[in-house]
Amino acid sequence: MIRSEILKEIAPILRDQLVVCNIGIPSQELHAIDDQPTNFYMLGTMGLASSIGLGLALSQPKPVIVIDGDGSVLTNLGTLPTIANNVADNYILLIVDNGSYGSTGDQPTYAGQKTSLAKMAEAAGCERVIECQAEDTGRVLQEALDSKQMTIIVAKCESGNAKMPVITMDPVVIRDRFMKAVQA
Amino acid sequence: MPPALYMCIAEPDFLNRAKRPNRTNSPTMNIDKKITDDLVANDISFVTTVPCKQLAGVIAEIDQREDIYHIPSNKEDEGMGLCAGAWMGGKRPAIIMQNTAIGVTINTLATLIQFYRMPLPMLISYRGELREPVACQVEMAVHTKALLAQLNIPTYHFHHQSDVEELDTILKYTFMCNKPVAILTDASFWGGYGDQ
Repeated sequence: MIRSEILKEIAPILRDQLVVCNIGIPSQELHAIDDQPTNFYMLGTMGLASSIGLGLALSQPKPVIVIDGDGSVLTNLGTLPTIANNVADNYILLIVDNGSYGSTGDQPTYAGQKTSLAKMAEAAGCERVIECQAEDTGRVLQEALDSKQMTIIVAKCESGNAKMPVITMDPVVIRDRFMKAVQA
Repeated sequence: MPPALYMCIAEPDFLNRAKRPNRTNSPTMNIDKKITDDLVANDISFVTTVPCKQLAGVIAEIDQREDIYHIPSNKEDEGMGLCAGAWMGGKRPAIIMQNTAIGVTINTLATLIQFYRMPLPMLISYRGELREPVACQVEMAVHTKALLAQLNIPTYHFHHQSDVEELDTILKYTFMCNKPVAILTDASFWGGYGDQ
């Protein structure tokens, strides 16, 4: 399975939740599969999806699902201790770990080699960390929502991208409709 | 790019604020409390910080206030991500950091805070200005205002302690216009480095 197949499978779970989606092809894929006002698409700023989602989860009570990538988490590794030490039980970080920088030509990341992001999250102090295979992502994500505990999911999948159009929506429109969905 | 905090590490011990109980110029004003009171009065309830010795007092004050969720971040761009999320979640955020962080956060300021039009007050210790004992701090100080100007970020420079009187107005301005706004606070504002 590649990332877009995971996103298609979990789209019904994501639909009713606040979602912060990583820069580049992940956002393009989610936008094309099931655009929702509850989706916040990052159009730039690699690495900060997990931080934006944590700030959001700490500031209001609705569940927040962050769809991140292994490359982006590696870019902002300081996020893991911050997450671990500021527990928000409405926060789920789903790291789609395909071992590559998908948006830039599938160059390999260290997460696809010797480095384990799940172990790094545990070492950072995150208490509920689950590594799963791509096929199990939907079940693990639903269980995380049901658990009402802060959860880090590392979903191991294959490298590859679906061909989707660039998001042309204005960033202020994305942000404004998202904020209205947060308040709804 | 190294985190801005690096610049703070190798300072001589005499910079340790804890050894200077009387840190304010005026016997009637506690500047750390005044800044924190202004944040609270403007409904700012989510503050992220990356430390600088010059900011130690205000960070300690923020940390003990029940009205403010204080979330230290490991790098300033991470902190801006936290602030962006907090604002979308309905809380007014602020970031407290050193001016070296401008070098770390330009991409985040342009592609997140400005692109999505988000308000972000940035209380910044302006290292490398007059009375600075560490030469390396001057290297980023000379770029600080130029970079902020290049980004069209409204910038205020607190040099005299009385300049803090404008903080309340600056905070209101920030949340009126939905922009990042820089408040540079130099060593003279903070009362020097203790032995000067």
